[in-house]
Amino acid sequence: MIKRAILGAGILAAGMWAASSSASAESLTMYCGVDEVWCQQTARAFEEKTGITVNMTRKSAGEIYAQLRAEAANPKADIWWGGTGDPHLQASEEGLTVEYKSPLLNQLQPWAIKQAETSGYRTVGIYSGALGFGYNKDLLAKNNLPEPKCWADLIKPEYKGHIQVANPNSSGTAYNMLATIVQLFGEDKGFEYMKALHKNVNQYTKSGSAPIKAAGLGETTIGIVFIHDAVSQVVAGFPIVPVTPCEGTGYEIGSESIIKGARNLEAAKKFYDWALEADVQSMAQKAGSFQVPSNKAAKTSDKAPDLSTIKLIDYDFKKYGSSEERKRLLKKWDEEVASLPQ
Amino acid sequence: MRFRETRWPIEPVAVLWMAVGWLGFAVLPWYGIEDGFFGFSWLFDGYPSDSEFAPALVLALKGEKLWLAPLGLLLVVPLLLWGRTKSDPVFSRLLIIVSAAGFGWLLFQGFAIGLRGWQFGWLTSLFGELGDRQFGMGYGALLVSGAFLFLFTLGVAARGAVSGDVFVVGSIGFVVAMVAIFIFMPILMMLANAMQTDDGGYSPVAFLAKLFSSRLWSLACLAGGSRCGVAWNSLLLAVLVGLLTMFLGLVFALVVTRTGFRHGKLLRALTVLPIITPAFVIGLAIILLFGLSGAVTQSVAGAFGLQPTRWVYGLPGLLIAQVLAFTPIAFLVLMGVVEGVSPSMEEASQTLRASRWQTFWTVSLPLMRPGLANAFLLGFIESMADFGNPLVLSGNYDVLSTEIFFAIVGAQNDAALAAILALVLLAFTLGAFYAQRFWIGRRSYTTVTGKGDAGVHPRLPAGLTYALYVIAGLWTAFTVLVYTVIFYGSFVKLWGVDQSLTLEHYRKAFSVGWNEFGIHWSGSAWSSFWTTMEITLISAPLTAGIGLLTAYLLVRQNFRGKNAFEFATMLSFAIPGTVIGVSYIIAFNVPPIELTGTGIILVLSFIFRNMPVGVRAGVASMSQIDRSLDESSLTLGANSWQTFRRVILPLLRSAMLAALVYSFVRAMTAISAVIFLVSARYDLSTSYIVGRVENNEYGIAIAYSTVLIVVMLMVIGLMQLLVGSRNIGRRGIQQGDGGWSVRTNVSLPGTAGGPTTIAGAG
Repeated sequence: MIKRAILGAGILAAGMWAASSSASAESLTMYCGVDEVWCQQTARAFEEKTGITVNMTRKSAGEIYAQLRAEAANPKADIWWGGTGDPHLQASEEGLTVEYKSPLLNQLQPWAIKQAETSGYRTVGIYSGALGFGYNKDLLAKNNLPEPKCWADLIKPEYKGHIQVANPNSSGTAYNMLATIVQLFGEDKGFEYMKALHKNVNQYTKSGSAPIKAAGLGETTIGIVFIHDAVSQVVAGFPIVPVTPCEGTGYEIGSESIIKGARNLEAAKKFYDWALEADVQSMAQKAGSFQVPSNKAAKTSDKAPDLSTIKLIDYDFKKYGSSEERKRLLKKWDEEVASLPQ
Repeated sequence: MRFRETRWPIEPVAVLWMAVGWLGFAVLPWYGIEDGFFGFSWLFDGYPSDSEFAPALVLALKGEKLWLAPLGLLLVVPLLLWGRTKSDPVFSRLLIIVSAAGFGWLLFQGFAIGLRGWQFGWLTSLFGELGDRQFGMGYGALLVSGAFLFLFTLGVAARGAVSGDVFVVGSIGFVVAMVAIFIFMPILMMLANAMQTDDGGYSPVAFLAKLFSSRLWSLACLAGGSRCGVAWNSLLLAVLVGLLTMFLGLVFALVVTRTGFRHGKLLRALTVLPIITPAFVIGLAIILLFGLSGAVTQSVAGAFGLQPTRWVYGLPGLLIAQVLAFTPIAFLVLMGVVEGVSPSMEEASQTLRASRWQTFWTVSLPLMRPGLANAFLLGFIESMADFGNPLVLSGNYDVLSTEIFFAIVGAQNDAALAAILALVLLAFTLGAFYAQRFWIGRRSYTTVTGKGDAGVHPRLPAGLTYALYVIAGLWTAFTVLVYTVIFYGSFVKLWGVDQSLTLEHYRKAFSVGWNEFGIHWSGSAWSSFWTTMEITLISAPLTAGIGLLTAYLLVRQNFRGKNAFEFATMLSFAIPGTVIGVSYIIAFNVPPIELTGTGIILVLSFIFRNMPVGVRAGVASMSQIDRSLDESSLTLGANSWQTFRRVILPLLRSAMLAALVYSFVRAMTAISAVIFLVSARYDLSTSYIVGRVENNEYGIAIAYSTVLIVVMLMVIGLMQLLVGSRNIGRRGIQQGDGGWSVRTNVSLPGTAGGPTTIAGAG
């Protein structure tokens, strides 16, 4: 009898739980392409502001793009927020996202608006960050290595086995680096550079920011990442020194897009506008993210890298963001670089 | 139970299923509902006239989706049987024809008409563009197909199959349909996908080029090159892990059963831990210990003045982590076998003046062959399918499971390549499966005969005993060390940098707040935690149920094709989780069965992945229950369903518990399959933790895992309380009353010997 009672109570509880979980009315499904903490903070803040339940999955930009393509016939998500701009542009090029002009567009930095124009208003910049690298100063000292200052330093033989970078096949960050090197040195010399770098790389990670986190933990000396990722490691207390390469460097424009066939289009638009507001963008630093916000009025941390002091190349987002060019470069990298012995 | 003698003008079972069919056809929405059926918002959004929520009947009356209309007609036809008895040949023939036609048409229209109209080119050329489309099937379609299925089995039973037992034939039909849809169909669709090229055509050339690419099969490393092919990497790792886990499992089993070691319970408790630990957490602890800046690496390097290296990334690290994780499984399998070897044989050997060594080598060990083979195979398959450890530890030593994942999610997004890699993986595991059957051969390993068997196992040779103690002791110490690191790591602020103690990680993951809309589960882990609990608690009883039903059919019933049936139900055991994951995405992302992004697909993947264990546990305990019990129940007038429900099921409590606990634990810790199937709405703990590990947020990952381990222990205790233990007279219950003898029931299809085939001799 007692067992029955327990069972009954269990079923009742399960039923009530199911009922309460299905009770919430409006919801928004979001694919989030930035760091977990920031994703969570943003999702929860939007929930608290609007009462709309946010179902959020964090994935790297490449994974999200792949998923959108796989789900194209039957999209599951409403909004794609964050993550490097290239896959956003690719998605807009393939018609996976919808055109939407936010009323807040005029409050944004010129590069964010340019990003929107390039895509035919299917995506918009929400933050930007420059590419660079960071090193673990303890490990560097321990190994008696000179401080790396330029891209050219990284291919010196003394750094053999000390550098980590993500695999461009799975990470938007690493693809951005590949494209930057190609634009900086020209394609032939660029690939020569990648081959030389390959000899020094100890591991190609799957996610873009993993190398600098490994450096923070002392699992590698140098990690090639976006500088804001290196800055957050510094803020977290790791012995990391961020470096902006002397030759100049590429950058990303983190973007957001509304997914075509979104089931909660209204909520998606609400989120889209909300995410462009100045005070929302100012919250990023609380989550340990130090990108440059796209809203002119948003506050930046003093630790954030100042884009105006960094030598930025004229990154051709249209060309290097296109599927075709991307596929070609990745294939070439796979064949000519990744297959080489280290 | 008495039978009512009143004769119905028509078989009541047929009426029942027709009614179910009509409920599905005329009342429930035919297509799947976006917001979920059980939200019931569809009831107020224009049901039944709105085309989105309409039942098939309404659609047909409105003149839409006319291809559904024949189904309704076919559901009426069985009324023609008015006045005919079950034994009438017309009865069975008509039912079989009608229901086969209905089921076939249902499937055909589902596959032929998809999101973009006709799915097959020849249909377009035959009928022109359709100009209409349909979404995934919903509950209406589900009921109608169920009705056709059971009308069909009713017809088959009426023809006299399995002595005309409607329940048994229905059950067989049900299990076969389930296995066909959720195991065979996805694998076959994956096969088709593997041949597909980027532009959607089929090309065997591209398929072969990818299949035999040097990336997979290169042997460059043997000739001094940098890397070998991914396939060889996986194979080497899996063989090594299989051998090592088998060896260590045997060592532990011998220590516990043959050396007079008194703390066997303690050792058992220790083996539980790795089983309920999400696999990659072990990988993480390995990094914290042996990574470039790991505690052990640093201190060893410091002591000997060596340069610390990244030696652990790659084969060594993977080997350590996987052996650590999978040794308990081998141990639990071998425990049963080592215990089961009859002392009489060993005594006979000693009477014939063999030394202890000779007895051990030539008698005891060969008798353990089936157990050794099973243990090896389990280690091999687990290693092949393992996803979490390679993700954190593989460095540049790529293995198939992670390659499959990144072929799908990577920027190249090559589903065909993923399917090909999955096929290679499947070929390896099935190959190993057959190799072990071959090795065991057809010899008899039966030593439990039911005859008097009062002997005592002879002691092992002294030297061997000490060697066993040393190995087991060292490995135990290592396991304890790893778990200390895991536990301690969850309270440390920033591993390797800031060792001050903190509760920060737990707070971040599990904090609870309050806002104007009610309780706000603001911790980042809550959403995936609740989902995980929901999904696993739903899938565990279903897994146990279908497993025990299958076991009942296998042990208690005889029917044609039983061997094939057994193989089919056990097949998913040899399929690595990664393969299941990929094939489920391919099969269930588009109509007619559209499940990606739902919780149902997770539940289904758990059920069909863990079902074999339920089957094996059921077979093992059911073999011990004498048939005369069923027979007396049947003689007293109960039908086979009542016998199953009232007699067999209560006697199967231990098997039920085993299946429940196992499927629950596997669902909680599974990662290889679900990593493909989770969605924003249904994210699971394991995939969430993997994300944290990938981002080096070790603190949260470890804290979350610790919480999961505690929760699992609690739920297992609760299950034990709910299911209770069977009470069979005054005899002590010999087997299966503790949750952790579970794994001893794991055996593989058709393998001779092993604990499962120890038949109780009445």
